[in-house]
Amino acid sequence: MYPSRFKYESPKTIAEAIKLLDAGKGEAKILAGGQSLVPMLKLRFAFPDQLVDINNIPGLDYIRFDADGSLHIGALVRHEHLEKSLEISKRQPTIAAAAPLVADPIVRARGTFVGSVCHADPQGDWAATMIALHGYLVVQGPKGKRNIEMKDFVLGPYANSLNYNEIAIEAVIPAPKGVARGGYLKLERRVGDFATASVAVSLDMSGDTVLGAGFALAGVGGKTIDANDAASALIGQKLTDATIAKAAALVAAKAEPRTDHRGSAEYKRHIIETFVKRILLANSAQKVA
Amino acid sequence: MRLDEIKIGGMGASRRRVEDNRFIRGKGNYVDDIVLPGMLHMEILRSPVAHARIKSIDVSAAWDVPGVRMVLTGEMMAARNLAWMPTLSYDTAAVLATDKVRFQGQEVCAVIADDPYIAKDACGKIVVDYEILPAIVNPVQAAAADAVQIRDDKAGQVGNKVFDWEIGDKSRTDKAFADADVVSKIELHYPRTHPSPMETCGSIADYDRATGKLTVYMTSQAPHIVRAAVAMVAELPEQNIRIVTPDIGGGFGNKVPIYPGYVIAILASILTEKPVKWIEDKTGNLVSTGFGRDVYLKGEMALRKDGKILGVRMNTISDHGAFFADAQPSKFKIGLMHSAFACYDIPTAHMFATGYYTNKAPGGVAYRCSFRVTEAMFFQERMVQAAADDLGMDQAEFRRVNFVKDEQHPHRTAFGFLTDSGQYEKCLDIGLEAIGYKNFAAEKAEAAKRGRLLGIGISVMTEPLGAGNSREYDILGIKMFDSAELRIHMSGKALLRTGSRGQGTGHETTWAQIVAHELGIPADDILVEEGDTDTAPFGMGTYASRSTPVAGAAIAMVARKVRAKARKLAAHLLEVSEEDIEWELGRFYVRGNQERGVTIQDCAMAAYSNMPDGMEPGLENVAYYDPPNLTWPFACYIAKIEIDPETGVWDVLQFVAVDDCGVRINPMIVEGQIMGGLTEAYAMANMQYQTYDEEGNIIGGNYMDFLLPTAWETPGFELYEVVTPCPHHPIGAKGVGECATVGGPAAFVNAVMNALKEKGVRNIDMPMMPNRVYEALTTGKDVYGMPPVRSGN
Amino acid sequence: MSSLYEEINIAPASDVPVRQVTVFVNGEARTANVEPRLLLAHLLRQAFKLTGTHTGCDTTNCGACTVLFDGRPIKSCTMLAVQADGHKVETVEGLASASELHPLQEGFKQEHALQCGFCTPGMMMAAKALLEENLNPTEDEIRWALSGNLCRCTGYQNIVKAVLWAAEKMRAELN
Repeated sequence: MYPSRFKYESPKTIAEAIKLLDAGKGEAKILAGGQSLVPMLKLRFAFPDQLVDINNIPGLDYIRFDADGSLHIGALVRHEHLEKSLEISKRQPTIAAAAPLVADPIVRARGTFVGSVCHADPQGDWAATMIALHGYLVVQGPKGKRNIEMKDFVLGPYANSLNYNEIAIEAVIPAPKGVARGGYLKLERRVGDFATASVAVSLDMSGDTVLGAGFALAGVGGKTIDANDAASALIGQKLTDATIAKAAALVAAKAEPRTDHRGSAEYKRHIIETFVKRILLANSAQKVA
Repeated sequence: MRLDEIKIGGMGASRRRVEDNRFIRGKGNYVDDIVLPGMLHMEILRSPVAHARIKSIDVSAAWDVPGVRMVLTGEMMAARNLAWMPTLSYDTAAVLATDKVRFQGQEVCAVIADDPYIAKDACGKIVVDYEILPAIVNPVQAAAADAVQIRDDKAGQVGNKVFDWEIGDKSRTDKAFADADVVSKIELHYPRTHPSPMETCGSIADYDRATGKLTVYMTSQAPHIVRAAVAMVAELPEQNIRIVTPDIGGGFGNKVPIYPGYVIAILASILTEKPVKWIEDKTGNLVSTGFGRDVYLKGEMALRKDGKILGVRMNTISDHGAFFADAQPSKFKIGLMHSAFACYDIPTAHMFATGYYTNKAPGGVAYRCSFRVTEAMFFQERMVQAAADDLGMDQAEFRRVNFVKDEQHPHRTAFGFLTDSGQYEKCLDIGLEAIGYKNFAAEKAEAAKRGRLLGIGISVMTEPLGAGNSREYDILGIKMFDSAELRIHMSGKALLRTGSRGQGTGHETTWAQIVAHELGIPADDILVEEGDTDTAPFGMGTYASRSTPVAGAAIAMVARKVRAKARKLAAHLLEVSEEDIEWELGRFYVRGNQERGVTIQDCAMAAYSNMPDGMEPGLENVAYYDPPNLTWPFACYIAKIEIDPETGVWDVLQFVAVDDCGVRINPMIVEGQIMGGLTEAYAMANMQYQTYDEEGNIIGGNYMDFLLPTAWETPGFELYEVVTPCPHHPIGAKGVGECATVGGPAAFVNAVMNALKEKGVRNIDMPMMPNRVYEALTTGKDVYGMPPVRSGN
Repeated sequence: MSSLYEEINIAPASDVPVRQVTVFVNGEARTANVEPRLLLAHLLRQAFKLTGTHTGCDTTNCGACTVLFDGRPIKSCTMLAVQADGHKVETVEGLASASELHPLQEGFKQEHALQCGFCTPGMMMAAKALLEENLNPTEDEIRWALSGNLCRCTGYQNIVKAVLWAAEKMRAELN
C-alpha cells in the first residue's frame, strides 16, 4: 500500500526527460498514466530510484491519421481517448474493440496506450493489438529517434527492448492497403480481471478478399504472443468456414497457455480458437465496399 | 386527530435513512478517519510462508529507521503473556508468532512509527529465518496418518483433528435408508470465500496512564464482547475499558472476531503511552481475517418412489485453518449446520461432523452465514435437486410434496429445531409464476435452436435467526440476549441506545421506527445510538441476522415499559383512574370520550414537572430480551440462466426472489438487504473464492484474484414479498440480513445443473467459472473441489 | 500550510526529498509539503483532512478512492500527490453547495443506493463524471461507467436507480 522512497522530476520537454533517464543509469522509470507502475510501487514489486513524470510535457496527446492512412498515437493518449474516438471506431476496428476491454473505465481515464505497450504485461491488451496490427514504436534517446517494430519490442514478461535512456514517444499503426477490419475478444470473469485468454485480430480487406491479417495473443503465455504467421491461411483468400477454421487452428497452436486457477491449458487454447473464429465470422458477414 | 403511522415513520414506512445524511457528504466517521493527538501508526509484518519453524528474528535494522518508535515481536508479547489469546471457540490463537508460523499471512512482527509509510519501510528491514515445513492445505492431508502436526503448541492435541460432533438419530435414520426405494447421494464442497467488506479491519488503541482508562476505537460488530475479551486478555478492569465502534464500512461477519492487530495495538499504546492506529490493508484482511465456508459434504437422502423423503444423512468435514476461531454459539462445533432441511417434513436425520486444522487462515464462521446456515441450506438444496433428478421428478413438485405445511407450525425438525411459522407453498407458487416456469420447456427449446443451453434453478429455505435463547445459546458462556435503553426527554423527543451494532444495516433509521410504532413519537424525534460500551446497554452485537429478532424485540419491550409508565402519567393528567385510559398511536384518551386525551409528549413533560404523588420522575427504561426461540424467515429464490456452450460462460436471464421475513419494519431497507445478499450469492456461485496451492500460498489474497462482481456483471433482481408474522416476536419481525446469501447460491448452481442435466452432469462445485462449466459439459463429468492451481495439484 | 509531518516530533531524515505542492481542491488552493511517494489519496485524507475519500484495496480495483482530477475520474490511490501540483481535484466534500445537496447525493438517499457508505463517495464521483458527459444515460451505460467501483452492500440495482433519478433532476433543472 505504501511505496518505498524515490526521487521525482517532472520535466517539461522530451529532451529533459531523456537527460534524466540517461543520468539515472537504469534506475529511473518513466511515469505516464501510472496505472501499471504505481500499483507495482505500492506493492513494492518495483522500487526505482527516480520517477520521471512526462505528464507535463505538452504535445504528446494526439491521435492522428496521416494522409497515407497511418495512425499515430502520442505517448500521453489515454485509453479512453481511443475508446471514444469516432475515427478510430470507423478506421481501426481492432483498436476500437480492444479499448473498452482495457482494465476499467476509471483506469482508462488515466492510463496510456503507449505506456501500456511499454509495460509489456503478458496480459496486456495493447501489446497484442500492436503486434496484430504490425505496428511500431517511435522511440527517442540521447542519440535521436529510432523505430522499433513490435515483433522486436516485447522481449519477455514486463521486458521490452528500450535502452534505459530511451522513451517511447509515439505508436504507429501502418495504413492498411485496403480496408481495416478485425476485432478483439477477451475472456475475463469480470471487468478489470486478468484475461483468461484474449486475442487481437486484424484484417486488411479488399472486397471479400483478405490482403493481410494479423493475430496476437495475451494471457496465454509468458509474454504477448505473435501469431501473425497464421495470416498465411487467409491471404489472397475469402473468409469461408474452411479458411476461418484453418486460421483459427493455426493461431491456437501458437498459444502457450499454462494450467492455473483460471482454467486448463486446453481450455485456454480452445477459447483462443473459438474467439478467432467468432471474430473472423463476424467480419465475413460484412460486405466491404 | 389520528396519527398516520407511515407519516411519522413507524412500522412499514420506507423511511429514508438517517445515516445517509453524513455518508453522502463524505462525513462518515470510520476508524481510519479518526485522528488523535500524538497518534502513532502500526504495520504488521506477515509470514510469506504457510508453515515454518522460526529460527530467528532480527529486528535491529527496523529499530534504526528514523521515525520508528517500537518494534514488537512474539517474544516480547510472550514476556507479557500476550503471544497467544483465547478464541471464541475455546481454542488459542497466536497474536504474534513465537515458535512457528502456521499460515501464510500470519502476524510475525509489528512496527509502530510516526506514519504508516515509515512503518512499512521498517517492516521491510526485518529479517526472519524460516525453516520451511510441509504445508497442509486440505482436510484430506490433515487427516493423513503421517501428516505433520500443525498445533504442536497445544498440550494434548493429537494429529490435526479439531473435533468430532454428531447430532440426530443414527439408528432410526439407518432404518429409513434400509427401507428406501431410492437412495440419492451427492458430494459437495462449499469453497472457502471471504466476507471482504469494502472497509478493512482496524483500530486505534488509546491507553491513558493518568486515568488508567483504555479506549479502543475499532471495527467491531460486537463491542461488548470485545470489552469482555480485552478485560480477560489485557488484565485491565472492565470499567476502565471503553470500546467505541464508529461507522463501519461493512461487516458481513468479518468484524466479529478479535484479531491480533487489535491486541498488539493495545499493548503498543500501553508501552508507548500514545494512541496507536492500526489499519489493515486489503491483503491483510483477505489473507488473515475470518473467512467463510470451506466445508465438504457427503450427503445422502432416503426416498420413497412417490417422492417422499424418508431420511437424510449428512457427513461434513470442515477446514478451520490454523486456529479454531469460529465465532459461534459454544455448544455447536459446526454452528447451526443441523438447521438443514428445516422447511421439509422429514421423519429422521443424522449428521456426523469433523473439523480439521490446516495451514490456512483461521476462521470459517463469518460471511453473512448465520453460523454455517449458508452451508446447511446450500447442501440441502443441492441434495434436493439431486434427489429430484434421481427420482425423475419435477424439481418444484418434489419440494412441494415434502414441504412442511403451514398448519404444521410450530414444527419440530428432524434435527430438533422448532420452526415457528411460514407459508412455503405460497412463496414457491409466486416464484414459479414470476419466472415463467410453465413456459420454460418452450423457452428452452427456442434457445437450443440458437445453440444456447437454458436452465432454471430453485432454492428454498427457512433458517434460524436471532440466536438465541439462553437455554441453548451462549458464546464463551455469555448468553445471547440483547438490550435497549430508552429515555424520553421533557419535550417528548427521545434517545434510544441498544447493544446491537449497525454496519450499513440502517439501525439508526429502523430502530426509531419501532419506537414510533409503540409510542407514536415521530421517528425523526428519536436519536439512536449504538456502539459505545460506556453508554450502550450490554448486547452481543450484530451478526447472524440477530438484530431485528433480538435487539428489535428489546426495543419494542422497552418502549412498552415506557408506555406503561406514561399511562400512569396520563391518568394523573386526565384525573381519571388508569383503568379508564385507552391508547391510540401517540396519545391516551378517556374511555368513551376520545376527544379528551393527552399526547405522549404531554406525558413526557409531566414526567419532569407534574408527577403524581409517590411516582419517581423521569420517563425512561431499559429492557434485556432473552428470545424464547429463534425466528424462521423463509425464502424462495429462482434463477434462469443461459450457457454459451462454446465457452462455458453463463448469464443470468432472470432472477426472482420471494422473501417472507415476517413483518417488515422498513420495506426499502429490507429490499436493500436482499439485493445485497443476492449479489454475494451470485458472486460466490460465479467467481468469488479463495484457495491455496500445494505450498500453502493463497490464491485470492487481493482484489485481482479475489473477484467481486461489478455493476456490469451483477444481474437485476425481481423481489416479491410474503408476510407471515413471527408468532413469538413482539412486533412479528423475523430478520432478513442473511437470507439471500444463505439461499441464493443454490439457485444459481441448480440452474446451471438444470441446463446441463442432459449432458449427465450432476455437480459443479462453486465457483462455476466458465472453464469449469465448459469442462463439465464437454466431458459429461462432474467438477469437484477447488479450481486447480499450478499443475500437479 | 499543512504538512504530513505536522504531528511528528522527529524531523524527516535529511535525504528524504520533500516538495511543496499546491492543489486546487473543491475550488480552494491547499498547500502541503510532501514526499514524492505520498499517494494523492493520503494527501487528501491526512494533509487536507478530507476523509470522505476512502481507500479500500491495494490493487487499484475497488474505486473507493475515486475523485475528479481536472474533471476526469481517477483512482486517487494510484496517483502521487506531487502529480496533483497545480491541478484541480474534486472530492465528495465539494459536491454540495452551501445550501443544496447535489442531485446525486439526493438521489442516492432517495433510492437507498448506499448502506455502509464506504464505496459511496467514489461511486458518486464516478457517476458525476458520467453525467457530465451524458445527462441521459441508459441503465447499461450507467453500469458500464460504474464498473470500476465495487460495492459489497447494495447489489448496484439501487445505485443505478439513484443515478437515473439524479440525471432526470439535472435535465429538468436545465430546462
